[in-house]
Amino acid sequence: MSLLLALIGRDLRLSLRHGADTIAVLLFFFLAGLLFPLAIGPNPETLGRLAPGIVWVCALLAALLPLDRLFGADFEDGTLDQLLLSGLPAAAIALAKAAAHWLTTGLPLLLAAGPLAVMLRISPNGLPVLLACLVPGTFALSLLGTAGAAIVLGARRGGVLLPLLVLPLAVPVLIFATSASSAAAVGLPVRPHFLLLLAVLAFLTPLAPLAGGAALRAAAE
Amino acid sequence: MPESAARTDEAAAPALLRANLLQARDLAAFRGERLVFEGISFQLAPGGALLLMGPNGAGKSTLLRLLAGLLAPGAGTLLWAGVPAFADRAAWAEQIAYLGHQDAVKMALSVEENLRFFARHADRPIGAALGALDLARLAPLPARFLSAGQRRRLALARLLLSAAPLWLLDEPTNGLDAAAIERLGAMLATHRDKGGMVIAATHLPLPLAGAAELALQ
Repeated sequence: MSLLLALIGRDLRLSLRHGADTIAVLLFFFLAGLLFPLAIGPNPETLGRLAPGIVWVCALLAALLPLDRLFGADFEDGTLDQLLLSGLPAAAIALAKAAAHWLTTGLPLLLAAGPLAVMLRISPNGLPVLLACLVPGTFALSLLGTAGAAIVLGARRGGVLLPLLVLPLAVPVLIFATSASSAAAVGLPVRPHFLLLLAVLAFLTPLAPLAGGAALRAAAE
Repeated sequence: MPESAARTDEAAAPALLRANLLQARDLAAFRGERLVFEGISFQLAPGGALLLMGPNGAGKSTLLRLLAGLLAPGAGTLLWAGVPAFADRAAWAEQIAYLGHQDAVKMALSVEENLRFFARHADRPIGAALGALDLARLAPLPARFLSAGQRRRLALARLLLSAAPLWLLDEPTNGLDAAAIERLGAMLATHRDKGGMVIAATHLPLPLAGAAELALQ
């Protein structure tokens, strides 16, 4: 357990030293979101209706950006071998990486989502629902992304393969999260959609690290 | 645990390691579809050393990765104290310290931070490991400022932080100068005196007295 925390701590320290990576993700998130008012017009009513969906799609794409370096750097400099021999199960390494990805990407996106949604004129009662859904949603994306990054590790053109692998798997997260926002907009109960989103997270929490760990072992061979 | 027994018996011999015997029987490895080697058998007693010799591509690194448990053997068994080593990977990882081709050094972290993640044994402080490889002066520097030889020394310092009896070294002298090779020799001798074992792949003569040799074709 202490080793797991040490690994998360090491990754956080590394991403602090490479602070530009997190900032690039946030800038991408904002810029992608700001393209929509330019493309579909500034009508507040239209934008407000689309805002949750825009925020979600932008968050999903932004979360993909750091994934190809998530294991890539460790794989190339031999650190992955040392991690696999550190006594941690491979699945725990994948879980630690998912946690580090969430802390360095998911959490900043969560903080940036509020301002972006307000800029897109989201309805006042839609904002809390959007943010509440982003908490489990971004963690589910981190888990999925980590497993995907482990699977394409060592593959040629892995960076191109990764979105093709992860985006289809992220569709349930997207559907349940945005349907919660739609329900909130028309005054229907949000709870069922939110629970379904939590169910997706509960499903991914054990499975994604196990798949990622197996993929890491295979990549190290 | 036999650890307390070892402490009381320290003057006589490291009892902890006495029972450890590494036996490889008919190991074979595949890389994809290609058979890299087969029928590798050897035996290593505590304090022993084995040099893997052979031309480029003979499978020295592959054998070391296989012994480390990173690569599943195509055939054969590896016994540690009479028990199959790969049955429990986490337990096996405790027994080995692996130095790969790459140094596994994070450029953005300082020399000391690079080691801190691997320092888990209170009786093996980072300072002593840095001192043994003449890195103490460089401890606060980011690793990106180190030369190739200094990075290699940093990777070697990691070995001193592990309490593992079996060291697997892939070209440990890569990039080292004469003084550093001498320090490595002293390191290896101390490790073997304490009952540790060394398996090293190398092209250059290594400061390993009385090492057995295993030729790979």
